[in-house]
Amino acid sequence: MTIGEIREILHGKLLAGEDMLGEEVLCACGADLMSDALAFAHEKAVLITGLINPQVMITAEMLDAVCIVFSRGKQPSEEMLTLAREAGLAVISTPMTTYTSCGELYLRHLPGSRQAD
Amino acid sequence: MAILEQVFNVEAGDFAAAGQASTAIKRKLKQLGINAEVLRHISVSCYEVELNLVIHSMGGTLTLRVDPDMITLISKDVGPGIPDIDKAMTEGYSTASDQARALGFGAGMGLPNMKRNASTFSIESQVGVGTTIEMGFALH
Repeated sequence: MTIGEIREILHGKLLAGEDMLGEEVLCACGADLMSDALAFAHEKAVLITGLINPQVMITAEMLDAVCIVFSRGKQPSEEMLTLAREAGLAVISTPMTTYTSCGELYLRHLPGSRQAD
Repeated sequence: MAILEQVFNVEAGDFAAAGQASTAIKRKLKQLGINAEVLRHISVSCYEVELNLVIHSMGGTLTLRVDPDMITLISKDVGPGIPDIDKAMTEGYSTASDQARALGFGAGMGLPNMKRNASTFSIESQVGVGTTIEMGFALH
């Protein structure tokens, strides 16, 4: 599934990563707890979260994630978007809740990330 | 003699700066062409240990050492020290502040996650003195 498809499925607005729409996403992680994301998410993941602070961007960068989706229409600050661009991350804001966002992507066979070995 | 050695200061409680050392280390190692899978393990462990310095310590340093076959990360703080390391290594056990939890951390996953990601892991702590964590990541 590509970042462009994720944006479409989630009726989202792309806030960063204009040149990344064709990039492939391999798995997804839905978490408000960044500790959990750090323990579970895999590379080329999309991180779906309702948590909004700069540490979300850094967590995603450390995990080699490619995209962050902020649920329930949350809007990251310009400072957060700059961090995302520097890290090479696409950022999408969706009006859907975290639960619905995860469900919509799972329905279309995007697998969940698994715990690191 | 290491190829590269760099020391980063990490301030206690400076949540706004948390992750700056890890970001710099990740970008530096990426430039050096470290294998992506190994780099992800290093980055996750590095960020976890940096967060621990910010959340739990009274300040300390994070040292990156690059050798031909190994990347080493050493976290050294000036206190307060961990009274029960076995307990601290248990998943789910945490003494993090509400501020750390509000940012999405402090779930008691940090130390076990570092151990899982690193090739070698050691922790030494003395109450009133400080904690040293050393992690090695084999490159081959």
